[in-house]
Amino acid sequence: MTDVCIVGIGIHPFGRTDGVSGLDQGVFAVRQALADAGAEWSDVQFAYGGSDAAGNPDTMVDRLGLTGLQFINVRNGCAAGGSALSSAQMAIQSGQFDIGLAVGFDKHPRGAFNAMPAEYNLPEWYGEAGYMITTQFFGAKIMRYMHDHGISPTTLGRVAEKAFRNAVHAPHAWRREPVALETIMNAPLISDPYTKFMFCSPAEGGVALILASEKKARELGKPLIRLKAATMRTRPPGSFEVFASSIDLGPTGSAARGSATRIASADAFRIAGVEPGDIDVAQLQDTEAGAEIMHMAENGFCRDGEQDAWLAEGRTEITGVLPVNTDGGCLACGEPIGASGLRQVYENVVQLRGDGGGRQVPGNPKTAYSHVYGAPGVSAVTIMER
Amino acid sequence: MRAIAEGLFTSDTSPRLIGGRNRASGRIVFPCPPGSDYEPWPLQREGRLWSYTIQRYRPKSPPYAGPQAFVPWAVAYVELPGECIVEARLTAVAFDAISIGMPLELTLIPLDPDAADAVMIHAFQPHGAQP
Repeated sequence: MTDVCIVGIGIHPFGRTDGVSGLDQGVFAVRQALADAGAEWSDVQFAYGGSDAAGNPDTMVDRLGLTGLQFINVRNGCAAGGSALSSAQMAIQSGQFDIGLAVGFDKHPRGAFNAMPAEYNLPEWYGEAGYMITTQFFGAKIMRYMHDHGISPTTLGRVAEKAFRNAVHAPHAWRREPVALETIMNAPLISDPYTKFMFCSPAEGGVALILASEKKARELGKPLIRLKAATMRTRPPGSFEVFASSIDLGPTGSAARGSATRIASADAFRIAGVEPGDIDVAQLQDTEAGAEIMHMAENGFCRDGEQDAWLAEGRTEITGVLPVNTDGGCLACGEPIGASGLRQVYENVVQLRGDGGGRQVPGNPKTAYSHVYGAPGVSAVTIMER
Repeated sequence: MRAIAEGLFTSDTSPRLIGGRNRASGRIVFPCPPGSDYEPWPLQREGRLWSYTIQRYRPKSPPYAGPQAFVPWAVAYVELPGECIVEARLTAVAFDAISIGMPLELTLIPLDPDAADAVMIHAFQPHGAQP
């Protein structure tokens, strides 16, 4: 089976861009990725596109050219980008295509996501009573995790502090001003224990990746960034997910509750043939500060409860043993759902190429990891090697 | 008294949540799903706080049908031993007195305390508290 390489990357800055549609932010990213790859739109044989709230991605052929290519739309919650990438990888691995596109973009209204019960097959009363709120789930999940594993509120603050500090050096990030730990900790609470700096905001942005077979990548003369694994998985029994009117009692003792992340991660490591200790840089879903904490353990990088020490000792800083969210992650970039997972992969390619500038991980990183998680229990992981 | 929806809790003096028990696996969930895989299963009224958060901002309407005037409230997950962990409002306790593991019992509270004919939603409160 051929290795699949990422030969071109493009991004429309995240945040708020009034007057530019989500689709056009996606088109902007595609053109940048094509230029980066040294390819033409007419070379692209297929595309997978993710968008949650900004229209059907395939309509971008109007802007890019009516070449007749296969263009499949992906709507998979926060895993949309990861699903697009996984599908694109399989399309090339199958031998059917040599070069294709994974693209994601979105444009959400200001304020919290406004989910409706029917979209999740939930009864109307659940929304009427005020439970269709993602931040409630995030708050309740970390509250239990802190109780079980002795994580301090300061550790949550350190995650946010790191995100804004890293984003200073990421031109595509939205919030690029450092925020002091004290300011983060003393800000108004949104859903306890999280203050307003510990949640990401719905946002806008677009990301495009050009993927190619190894043979095609060599023809294009690009550095070979290999996509060793791209998995998308759904939840196992007993997991604790957003919008849950009840959850299973779960395992007794110290056994951990299963999750889509644990499955996607374990399968990605197995497929890529590497272990957590081999990873040089990781982008982990951090829609809220505690998500990064919990996902460090769920993805196998540390044990539950070790995160206080990891953060206090700076092990996830850019100069640490495992830099996490080097561009500020969702906390600093915001979350355009369709684009967010692909942003992580974009950032990993930047890091593997050594193009990170002020946020470059030192020591020529060779292996990079990305992870997204979304409602109601979907996760996508990638592992890349240079 | 009007329930926010049919089939969520019994109309006894001491109401119980109506969960569902999977006929094949015995798994218990709340509320009871439609269809024939689950049979209605009244849940026990007492449990312990498994986790919680405080809702500090007014949810968007729709879907939220609560009062315009917003007062923060606590959202709980309550562990009912041997059954499941149910999501519910937490009432009759100061936010800074909430602690994971505290014993709780079921009660019903109005979605809008000022409404003349308020709809009732399920909530848990500390043992013996007056809502």
